[in-house]
Amino acid sequence: MIGFLRTIDFRTIVETTSRLCQEANFELEHDVHAALELAAKQEESPAGRDIITQLLDNAAIAARDRIPICQDTGIVVVFVECGQDLRITGGDLAGAITEGVRDGYTRGYLRKSVVGDPIRRQNTGDNTPPIIYFKPVPGSALKISVLPKGAGSENMSALRMLKPAQGLAGIKEFVLETVEKAGPNACPPLTVGVGIGGTMEKAALLAKEALLREVGARHGDPEIAALEDELTVMINRTGFGPAGLGGRITTLGVHIEVYPTHIAMLPVAVNLNCHAVRHKTAIL
Amino acid sequence: MEPVRITTPLTGEAVAGLRAGQRVLITGRILTARDAAHKKLIELLDQGADLPVDITNQIIYYVGPSPPRPGQVVGAAGPTTAGRMDFYAPQLIALGLKGMIGKGFRSTAVTEAMQKHGAVYFAAVGGAGALLAQRIRAVRVLAYPELGPEAIYEFEVEDFPVIVANDMYGGDLYREGRRQYALDKGEDAYA
Repeated sequence: MIGFLRTIDFRTIVETTSRLCQEANFELEHDVHAALELAAKQEESPAGRDIITQLLDNAAIAARDRIPICQDTGIVVVFVECGQDLRITGGDLAGAITEGVRDGYTRGYLRKSVVGDPIRRQNTGDNTPPIIYFKPVPGSALKISVLPKGAGSENMSALRMLKPAQGLAGIKEFVLETVEKAGPNACPPLTVGVGIGGTMEKAALLAKEALLREVGARHGDPEIAALEDELTVMINRTGFGPAGLGGRITTLGVHIEVYPTHIAMLPVAVNLNCHAVRHKTAIL
Repeated sequence: MEPVRITTPLTGEAVAGLRAGQRVLITGRILTARDAAHKKLIELLDQGADLPVDITNQIIYYVGPSPPRPGQVVGAAGPTTAGRMDFYAPQLIALGLKGMIGKGFRSTAVTEAMQKHGAVYFAAVGGAGALLAQRIRAVRVLAYPELGPEAIYEFEVEDFPVIVANDMYGGDLYREGRRQYALDKGEDAYA
């Protein structure tokens, strides 16, 4: 059987992760770029349009000079889909990803924003450890997605255990309340990840995973997609606008992910992302 | 409207002339500090000790830049969320700090201190760190080098673009800007 296993070397994973970390921080993904260009056309506030233009100029400078889009180059969240027929040679998978983050943040002159202990708060000096989620999948491919997450928007994210009776109205109210509290702090126009269902931690994870989706893409279930559209409209009526200085475009898109839950539970998590959703994926 | 040009150090007269919503280009030396440096400064004040930097008539930019590549002055250097410094800002404003640059809401305690002592809060565009870095001509560490990106730096800036978010008269661009564009005029719409 061993002959059928595919192998990937530790170094290959290190190099791929390092490259993804750097590209995510230097190059605004096409979907985000397109969403911002569309927002610049739709925004009614002249100051808001000016800010979006600055954000696009900023992205061009970042890509040209290999300088981060934002100085908060984040704590790195990594989603790994690991084919069960795959074997890593030369070291372990988590170790390879951690080493890749260390290499990318050092080599790329990215800011080291991780403290080794949340209470003592000493900087680890190399932006490790990342936060890694592994999912075993059929096959022999290895999919690595990195999502460097900045504090401005993460700090304004929230989770609430609703009562099932609160239902759809409660979900909408909570999402809107979270955006209202965040206002300019989270660097709008935001991408809003919403996780509904599961358990407490599952809802939070769904909200995070929702941010990996192409910005503005809709959920496959038409009912969920309609809710995404409705929330997008509601959020864009709040008036915050680009940078929160007033305008129509407060969100570039609401992405909802759902999961079965308990008869007595309705967990909802809202994970906000700033205008620069930094997500990069590689499949090995 | 054309942006107003100001130079540092920031005089009380210059602060008095600024109104929420005005675009401003700052030239001169500004200080940087964020969470960890603020904590250290306030601990010194609580002990009755002198600060390692003179903040009188200065502007503090809330920023933790990314490291420069060889040959660059600074990496990306956009504003961080000002609200995290709300715990510390009123004490510094009382000591003569005249300006702050950041992004996001300030607390009532901070805006009240600004009105009482005459200070201004500027918003820079969050997430435009690469663009803003181009207006920074020189960088020097003034204190706490061990804090890395959280050290107190002196930035020499030229035409650094900001907008007055809160002036010393209670004017609040975040509130006014939102009021102008909010479509749901519910009770919380301008909270």
